[in-house]
Amino acid sequence: MNFIVSILFSGFAVVLIVLIPWVGVWAADLRFLFGIIIPYAAMAIFFTGIIVRVIDWARSPVPFRIPTTAGQQWSFPWIKSNPVDNPKGWGGAVVRMLFEVLLFRSLFRNTRLEYRTTDGGPKIDYEWEKWLWLAALAFHWAFLVIFLRHFRFFVQSVPSFVTILESLDGFLQMGVLPLTGWGLPGVYITDLLLLAAVTYLFLRRIYISQIRYISLPADYFPLFLILALGLTGVLMRYFIRVDITAVKELAVGLFKLSPVVPEGIGVIFFIHLFIFSVLIAYFPFSKLMHFAGVFLSPTRNLSNNNRFVRHVNPWNYPVATHTYEEYEDEFREHMIEVGLPVEKGIEPKGAEAEASEEAQKE
Amino acid sequence: MYDGGKIITGLIIGIGLLMAPFFYNAGKAAKAPEPELTAKAKEAKQCVMEKAYMTSSHFSLLDDWRNTVVRDGERYYTAKSGKVFYKSLQMTCLDCHSNKSKFCDQCHDYVGVDPYCWDCHIEPKEKK
Repeated sequence: MNFIVSILFSGFAVVLIVLIPWVGVWAADLRFLFGIIIPYAAMAIFFTGIIVRVIDWARSPVPFRIPTTAGQQWSFPWIKSNPVDNPKGWGGAVVRMLFEVLLFRSLFRNTRLEYRTTDGGPKIDYEWEKWLWLAALAFHWAFLVIFLRHFRFFVQSVPSFVTILESLDGFLQMGVLPLTGWGLPGVYITDLLLLAAVTYLFLRRIYISQIRYISLPADYFPLFLILALGLTGVLMRYFIRVDITAVKELAVGLFKLSPVVPEGIGVIFFIHLFIFSVLIAYFPFSKLMHFAGVFLSPTRNLSNNNRFVRHVNPWNYPVATHTYEEYEDEFREHMIEVGLPVEKGIEPKGAEAEASEEAQKE
Repeated sequence: MYDGGKIITGLIIGIGLLMAPFFYNAGKAAKAPEPELTAKAKEAKQCVMEKAYMTSSHFSLLDDWRNTVVRDGERYYTAKSGKVFYKSLQMTCLDCHSNKSKFCDQCHDYVGVDPYCWDCHIEPKEKK
């Protein structure tokens, strides 16, 4: 698909997602639908979808270890091995997974192929490329911190880790604009970081021709959705404010399974909530499932023990074998007849019969 | 299923973490606290701005007051209604809303906000 069509298609979808609750709450006053029914439905889809997909993945056979071996394997004691990049046991694999999940180590290894002309001749270069890793790391960690900060809105009696996170995140105590009246509430670093990172990840998709070529609406849509989610959140915190105690009453009600829709919550909140509902309902059907899938990457989470543990392929059917011993038993007489060497000669018939008779007598 | 035990354990832990708010909130009061108005505040009927603005953005007004007073020395604020207010947290705001714990703290605690007003200002002594 042409990238302009892809962008227009996903952009239009996100605009629609913003407009639906806007019209629904502002014009039709469907607060119960957008405040309670849709969030619950989205949560149901999210949790069921995740379980179904993970179980489906778990059922796929992994008969053989296929870890990427990015270091020296363990062999002789005098050869230095790399226990993390080529793990021998589960300990190394766990460390490797932690690096992967928390620090995106495989993205850190990203390089870019470049053709250059040096001294009049063409040359292939592998360029150091860390921007994707940096933006991805900033984006994911900012998203996590923002998600955890939101616990103050839907958890009754705010846990202390949320307060600590908040004070760290907002410790610059800076204002939105250098104008009086915009100085409060203090701007969170993660808010800016998330928006900047998502914007970068989007621009990167358009700017680099190869990435643009392989990008589909399924790549642009989640980016736009998260951008819209972030923008409505930023708008709601710094510009178009809502009665936050009423919002918390709604959110706590949802998680207490006794939902209520308090009066006087602005439309912007319902837009924010609807975007989030769509995001989590879209989760199990999309590439966003990588948040569960990363734990099941067979090239990362398996130890490289192929050389010293036997892995039997479970769907091997029984193969009819015919060993040399059996072959010789079958053709021994003919073989002796034509003078072929045999491993076991024919024992004299009479002696054998006498021996068995004696054995019976005893 | 290969490593089924490990995958199912991981799945249960993951879903459990995501569902933590459900367990955490179970059996707790959901009702938002209502700021209590003193007799003097009720009598005044109208605050500096209308109620919806004061609920959602009072800190913005306070910040504006602080900056203009401290930096520009402007001590008086003319509200939309034409009424003139003396810009002071302790002498204007807390004059009506003298019940800090029932008016300020209740909601701030509810949504986990810790305003730094009292880093500089003296906390009012409440008559119990």
